[in-house]
Amino acid sequence: MKEYFKNIFVALWTILVGLRLTFKHLFVRAVTIQYPDVKLKLPERARNRLYVNIDDCIGCRQCEMACPVDCITIETVKALPNEDLGVTSTGNKKRLWVTKFDIDISKCCYCGLCVYPCPTECIYMTDVYEFSEYNRHNLIYHFSNFTPEEAELKKKQVEQFEIEQKMKKAVKPAEQVTVSNPGNPEEKS
Amino acid sequence: MAELLNMLVASVIPLLFILVYAIVILWTEIKVASHVQDRLGYMYTGGFHGWAQPIADLLKLLSKEHITPANSDKILFILAPVIVFAASYAAYAALPFTSTFIAANLNVGVFYIIAITSFVVIGILMAGWSSNNKYSLLGAMRSVAQIVSYEIPTALSILTVVIVVGTLNLQEVCEAQKGGLFNWNIFKYPPFMFIAFLIYFVASLAEVNRTPFDIPEAESELVAGYHTEYTGMKFAMFYLAEYANMFLVSGIAAILFFGGWNSPFGEFMSGPAWGVFWFVSKGLFFVFLQIMLRWTLPRLRVDQLMYVSWKVLTPISFVNIMIVGLWAILK
Ligand code: SF4
Ligand code: SF4
Repeated sequence: MKEYFKNIFVALWTILVGLRLTFKHLFVRAVTIQYPDVKLKLPERARNRLYVNIDDCIGCRQCEMACPVDCITIETVKALPNEDLGVTSTGNKKRLWVTKFDIDISKCCYCGLCVYPCPTECIYMTDVYEFSEYNRHNLIYHFSNFTPEEAELKKKQVEQFEIEQKMKKAVKPAEQVTVSNPGNPEEKS
Repeated sequence: MAELLNMLVASVIPLLFILVYAIVILWTEIKVASHVQDRLGYMYTGGFHGWAQPIADLLKLLSKEHITPANSDKILFILAPVIVFAASYAAYAALPFTSTFIAANLNVGVFYIIAITSFVVIGILMAGWSSNNKYSLLGAMRSVAQIVSYEIPTALSILTVVIVVGTLNLQEVCEAQKGGLFNWNIFKYPPFMFIAFLIYFVASLAEVNRTPFDIPEAESELVAGYHTEYTGMKFAMFYLAEYANMFLVSGIAAILFFGGWNSPFGEFMSGPAWGVFWFVSKGLFFVFLQIMLRWTLPRLRVDQLMYVSWKVLTPISFVNIMIVGLWAILK
């Protein structure tokens, strides 16, 4: 009997306690934000969309090898002896044309493993995280300055050059040759 | 002719009240829910805190397709929401909004309201049965079991008030509590009227299927209970009926225990216009309390629900009515 009344009393009392708590929370500042209008600041080392500063890339393929899901595809073409590709902003000499640098961001798991090995620090995470697309293929980002046709042309030139080199070796020592550089940004403009 | 016009006006006013109130309370419920959980809730539609969102929701429901399940009992299926809403709307007829306005001044007002609200049970059972869906049927059966068992403590605690004021006419019940805060029924025969009020409030929560007694529509167990299969306007009718019922039981609590349209300050701020204000604000206070309880308490289990009704509320209200009755005779 005592237990019975005690239960009723406890029930009523705990309801009041609960009501007081919820009532207090009515006036607590909301912890959520109006997302597209207001955005929280990302932490400094947040990992989002990758970006490659292709001008600094020396085509060493370190990032491609580091990637655990193989979403980076790099193709390079050797520069000809007469072509000077300049140096990167970190002072490394560029020896390769990067004819293809694709990152399939839809496969990327944002592990950041590609960022650390890069000798010129040209592949890094940005703070962009809104990049949904209607077509999956739009998520393959092309960072190279070469269009596929230009890359093809470049490859042909190199082959041509090698064949010529061989022939010249057979006939006489090599002499200066000139080739146009379709992938060179200065020449393009 | 004039009489017909009178009837029309008297019946349209509660309907308009229900519609406007439903939209306001829909918004309030969502906002209270989100702020209790430290969220923001509606923020866009219409500008200030998304005030137009319930209107948009209503328009959306109006424009939706009416789907009737293939194997349902068509006639009952269509009739059910109408009955549920009509039952709670009909009960508004006996609510005295102010000293000069009451749609039907019945001298058996209390009895009429108890009777007509039980009608909701039929509508709910119809909805559950005709949907031909196991969850709907389960929800309806639970709902009926619940409403029928909570009807007893509700009726007993209402009868306690009837003993005190000696009339079944709700207008006269209000009249009897005139003259300030301490003439309200809740302060008479202390503390037995207060106990009666507590019993009434708990039981009425169960009657309108609100948390913690919302097992008939327990989303997490039964999808949505008896109205799972309903779409569009028919679904909206159930919704409207639920909100109308919330105000109905709150309004009755205000009339029976808190003086109805009487001002708490005696003559100060009283009159027909103030009467509406006091009645509606007292009613809305209890509606607010119901909403707060929804976001405070967890749902009861079926056996706990029956325990509360048959082993706690019913015996206590019996004892209560005996004591109040004896006291009233001896006085
Ligand atoms: S972040 Fe990880 S998964 Fe993404 S490209 Fe870099 S190494 Fe590959
Ligand atoms: S590691 Fe850096 S430099 Fe090397 S290929 Fe990748 S992006 Fe280019």
